[in-house]
Amino acid sequence: MTNWKVILNIAKTHLLTKIKQTSTAALGVTFGIGAYITLVCFMTGLNGMLDDLILNQTPHVHIYNEIEPSKEQPIALYDEFKNSFNVVHSIKPKLTQKKIHNALPIIKYLEEDENVRGVLPQVKTQIFYIAGSIELGGNLTGINPIDEERLFNMGDYIVEGSAEALQNTDNGILLGIGIAEKMSLHVGDRIQISPISGEVFPLKIVGFYQSGIADLDAIQSFTNVKSVQRILGEAENYITDINVKLHDIEQAVPLSKKIEQQFNLKAIDIKTANAQFETGTTIRNLITYAVSITLLIVAGFGIYNILNMLIYEKMNDIAILKATGFSGKDVQLIFMSQAMIIGFVGGILGLAIGLGLASFISTIPFQTEALPTVETYPVNIQPLFFIIGFTFAMLSTFLAGYLPSKKAKKIDPVRIIRGQ
Amino acid sequence: MTTVLEAKNINKYFRKPVLFHVIKDVSFRVEKGEFASIMGKSGCGKSTLLYILSTMDTDYEGELFLNDELVTGQSRQYLSYLRNKHIGFVFQFHYLLSEFSVLENVMLPAKKLAEKSFEEIEHSAMEKLKMLNIDHLGRKRASRISGGEKQRVAIARALINDPSIIMGDEPTGNLDSYNAENVFNIFKQLSDEKGLSLLVVTHDEDFASNTDRIIQMGDGRILS
Ligand SMILES: Nc1ncnc2c1ncn2[C@@H]1O[C@H](COP(=O)(O)OP(=O)(O)OP(=O)(O)O)[C@@H](O)[C@H]1O
Ligand SMILES: [Mg+2]
Repeated sequence: MTNWKVILNIAKTHLLTKIKQTSTAALGVTFGIGAYITLVCFMTGLNGMLDDLILNQTPHVHIYNEIEPSKEQPIALYDEFKNSFNVVHSIKPKLTQKKIHNALPIIKYLEEDENVRGVLPQVKTQIFYIAGSIELGGNLTGINPIDEERLFNMGDYIVEGSAEALQNTDNGILLGIGIAEKMSLHVGDRIQISPISGEVFPLKIVGFYQSGIADLDAIQSFTNVKSVQRILGEAENYITDINVKLHDIEQAVPLSKKIEQQFNLKAIDIKTANAQFETGTTIRNLITYAVSITLLIVAGFGIYNILNMLIYEKMNDIAILKATGFSGKDVQLIFMSQAMIIGFVGGILGLAIGLGLASFISTIPFQTEALPTVETYPVNIQPLFFIIGFTFAMLSTFLAGYLPSKKAKKIDPVRIIRGQ
Repeated sequence: MTTVLEAKNINKYFRKPVLFHVIKDVSFRVEKGEFASIMGKSGCGKSTLLYILSTMDTDYEGELFLNDELVTGQSRQYLSYLRNKHIGFVFQFHYLLSEFSVLENVMLPAKKLAEKSFEEIEHSAMEKLKMLNIDHLGRKRASRISGGEKQRVAIARALINDPSIIMGDEPTGNLDSYNAENVFNIFKQLSDEKGLSLLVVTHDEDFASNTDRIIQMGDGRILS
């Protein structure tokens, strides 16, 4: 039978009469938890932003025709050399079209897959931007602008104009901002472009595109799929790339394997394409937890110390309590509750300070060319972090309080009473 | 007559620094309402015996009964409960929780026992303080009262749960003759009127001679 009211009352009195030491111990926890919350909100915010930067505009599976040498050289087909060792020098890539054969049926097939959120065809080609006598090399990609905006957040990278404008304008172009700057072009102007095969086409600028990667922005422009097909003089089934977005990113690897086997095409999944990316995320998380745990361990030692000291000072009290009928367990609970109260108060304060700091950071302006949509530092405030932080605080104070309170439990009152 | 406390063949040894036989085959009983005192030379083992009888020291041989119930070998948890409910202890030195008020000190064992409401406990604590002429000190911090006052607070605390027996290790050692007599009278009154049993170690001949029985100790044995 534990009489919590009495135990907590004694714990409270002990803490209040030693308010200085108590607050020092609590502040240790506060700093640990505050730092954890701030760090984890900031770091995961950063992770999220970088995820958005790369993952959101990257298709989960990218399907195209790879130019590569045939795995089987003609000599292998010749029976007479079947049992000999053949050396072939200067292998050249096989002549294939960039076009995906049977692209439209493949798109239809993929759209029926229940894992797939969307399938977007693209037509990629190389062109020249023509300004007077200057010709600038570049890429023109034919897209379905509205769908690209919906599935790959294309809109985040359109700094002027909009995806709708491109969709609705026949022979419109969404020009890379780098090209626009080089050629001093504005929205509404016309630009001449020419595919490698010669002819010149005037296109109307409906907006500017800025990915944040300067090299890309200096060459890349977008137009409708139909416009590119017209420029290239190709039919409606001329598709060079298919981008797939899935409901669950984990399905990317199996799906890309399946497509490669079934259609004899190259299918790159997002995991393979951005393998180094996850490493960065993992390391940032590692740093966050390493720093927070270090701070909490330091705080834990603070509590351990102060409790040890308190128990030493309170030897007499412990002896009296035991002599008047408090059990060892009661005494242990008195000191455990002191540790837990320190952890609780320090932890709650730490959560509040962490929340305050994180909110403050999220208001600091952070503008960079590379990230056109970001205006302040990214901060990701999640209830889960607060639950973890609080659990952390309680756990570390529990551990720090356990040993000293165990010692208090074992103190022999007779020895203390004799010692006086 | 019912027996409150009975010791049967109690032996105790100190093993450090050398093996030392402190309590040698002590047997005696304290009846209900009896006021017994223990006398003996300094160092003969009175305090040691009292710690065993109070159940705080469990490192002994022999058997100890409290209200005819075998206490020897019980769990520490249960011994704590027995001390809380049945034994009031007054130390040779005044032991109070210095950060608590006088009243809180007196109330604490009753709060631990949790058999009465807070109001009842407070009321009975005030009554005990009044009986000992220190009710005006109730709100004071225990560290801010005199030695004699502390001793009386400790007596009030020992009485709070209406125990079966009060054990005292020179409870009047720090009191002037007026207050020593007062404490003696209170003890006497409690034993006569309420049937409280008392076992008190004392060096005070006058004090001892007025009790019901004097237990003489010498060299770890009971002489008479
Ligand atoms: N922890 C211990 N270890 C070894 N010997 C001890 C210990 N405590 C007490 N003693 C010895 O046991 C004997 C009895 O001590 P105790 O305190 O019971 O004496 P006492 O009769 O209460 O004396 P006083 O009247 O002075 O209070 C003494 O000789 C003392 O030296
Ligand atoms: Mg003694």
